[in-house]
Amino acid sequence: MQLTLDKFTKSFGDTEVIADMDLTVRDGEMLALLGPSGCGKSTTLFAIAGIHRVSGGRILFGDRDVSDLPSQKRNVGVVFQNYALYPHMSVAENIAFPLEVAGQDRATIKREVQAIAELVHIEKLLNRKPAELSGGQQQRVALARAIVRKPAVLLLDEPLANLDAKLRLEMRSEIRRIQQETGITAILVTHDQVEAMSMCDRVAIMNEGEILQIDSPTEMYRAPVSRFVAGFLGNPPITFVEGVTDGRGDVDLSGLKLPLPARLEALPAGRAVTLGIRPEHFGVARGLPVPGVVRFVEPQGRETLFDVALDNGAVLRSIQPVRQDLSVGDAVRFNLDTEAMLVFAETGARL
Amino acid sequence: MQHSSMTRNFSMIPVLAVLGLVTLPLVVMYAFLVIDSFSNAPATSLIPSEFTLEHWRFLYDFSLVGNVWIATKNSLILAFTMVVTTLVLSSTGGYAMSRLNLPFRRFFLASVLVMHAFPAVTLLIGTFLVLNFTGLYNSMIGVILVKGTLMLPFGIWIMKGFYDAVPWEIEMAGVQDGASRFTVWRRLVLPQVKPGLVALGVFAFLDGWGEYLLPRILAPGADFEVLSVFLQDAAIPDAADYNFNIFKSVGIFYTLPVLILFVVFQNRLMNIFGGGTKG
Ligand SMILES: Nc1ncnc2c1ncn2[C@@H]1O[C@H](COP(=O)(O)OP(=O)(O)O)[C@@H](O)[C@H]1O
Ligand SMILES: [Mg+2]
Repeated sequence: MQLTLDKFTKSFGDTEVIADMDLTVRDGEMLALLGPSGCGKSTTLFAIAGIHRVSGGRILFGDRDVSDLPSQKRNVGVVFQNYALYPHMSVAENIAFPLEVAGQDRATIKREVQAIAELVHIEKLLNRKPAELSGGQQQRVALARAIVRKPAVLLLDEPLANLDAKLRLEMRSEIRRIQQETGITAILVTHDQVEAMSMCDRVAIMNEGEILQIDSPTEMYRAPVSRFVAGFLGNPPITFVEGVTDGRGDVDLSGLKLPLPARLEALPAGRAVTLGIRPEHFGVARGLPVPGVVRFVEPQGRETLFDVALDNGAVLRSIQPVRQDLSVGDAVRFNLDTEAMLVFAETGARL
Repeated sequence: MQHSSMTRNFSMIPVLAVLGLVTLPLVVMYAFLVIDSFSNAPATSLIPSEFTLEHWRFLYDFSLVGNVWIATKNSLILAFTMVVTTLVLSSTGGYAMSRLNLPFRRFFLASVLVMHAFPAVTLLIGTFLVLNFTGLYNSMIGVILVKGTLMLPFGIWIMKGFYDAVPWEIEMAGVQDGASRFTVWRRLVLPQVKPGLVALGVFAFLDGWGEYLLPRILAPGADFEVLSVFLQDAAIPDAADYNFNIFKSVGIFYTLPVLILFVVFQNRLMNIFGGGTKG
């Protein structure tokens, strides 16, 4: 079901956390709400769930305005960060709870619980108590309980934050698989860009209660609207260097000149700009050779990460297929793909 | 189990020794209480000379000290009403204090704490006047009301602590699952504060069972005599055939439920002071 936030506003007392937010989540889509801690992601999620009342604007499920409906009547499935399983009930009872409350008969409940347990691969754990499950298994139970009622939307608040790295990887694809198999409309709240990009159809990036950009992960990575978005996406992250345009197609980085991408050559002189250089665009096969000195080497297994100090003191990061011929202090001339550089105006907007 | 824990942590031994020494007089006294109630000793000796059940005659011979069963019944009624009212009101009141956004919540919390710390004796005169005015003086209902009122601040405060330990998300999950706030409370939250309820229930029972002052003062009439008052009356050696050993037997009879409850629930009673949900 399509979900729409229309001028959604939320304040706590005098502090306005979200102002006039517009957002549409398409039917069957999984959308990530990505942003730093405290930017209002959970607040948005809880407003959709009905836990928080909206202070202004509307929330629509399909064409239906649910802004004034209590949580119980919204039919929203929520997976909480700490799973919030009912500790005194078995796994089966946990999953059955929403159906029981809805007054379904025993046979139906049994069948549905079994079906959902098979979907999330916990059919062998049905008689256990939550305390007897691993983190990943608890996560699966929470997911099963959230979707057993076939909710209009599924909301996940930092679902992977409490898992260790290996389980996180596993549950990332599991959650995505389950979402796709059920075709449920879902919102994933996370502050982890890798999670957002790897699990979702589209990413809405938020800062300070505002949505800055909504796009597919690839598009957002390729063409971020602002410096903030560019800095938020990418691991290892993008590096920024400040400079001033000289009006002849170059940027003066105080002691070093770099050419602007062809599409921006016409920028007038004297504009303060920020260049955003992703590590995979420095140290490539073809491009502008830039001299520098290796300051730091970080082997990552498949790849090696270099920090290279340029002549003017700026430090660029480069990620390359693993190589062991370089060590700290070596002088290098890495090629910079200047066409792939991102250029931001003083306001932070991308040019 | 016990052995292994002692070898693992041998610093327990001095602690146990000190505790043992301190408790010894109590143990000896209790032992003599029990022995005396089942035996006769020559007038000048402490050493019993014969086994007898005659000191337990009071259980059926009401001419000795009065009808013990009526007093027992009254004590049980008082104790059980205490349990029920304390549990019902504390489990709901504590929840409200912990979760609901009541107006004057802080004021309520503070006054509950003050009430709890208030010495009950200082309230007696006021209570007496109120009971007299409402016509509840010298009635069981009056005693129950007063006793229950005095117990509530403690109960509410304890239950609030247990509710505070239940994660907020569990309730939100329940609401999302479509359950009403009441269902959430009854089926999801209440089971998690059960250790608190059990402990509080036992506590309320013991408190009601042990109460002496209130029934003595607020209901001195003989038609509502609880065991504690009965025991006191049995101790007054006005009868010619006064028998100190009978008094001891009544005392044991009176203590028995307390001991049993304590043995059964001792671990859970400790929960109250931990305040956690883990039993
Ligand atoms: N119940 C509340 N009362 C007051 N302020 C709140 C409340 N919930 C959240 N906030 C504030 O709203 C902002 C956004 O919080 P939240 O939505 O939890 O952020 P996050 O993006 O990390 O999930 C924070 O500054 C937080 O302090
Ligand atoms: Mg959050």
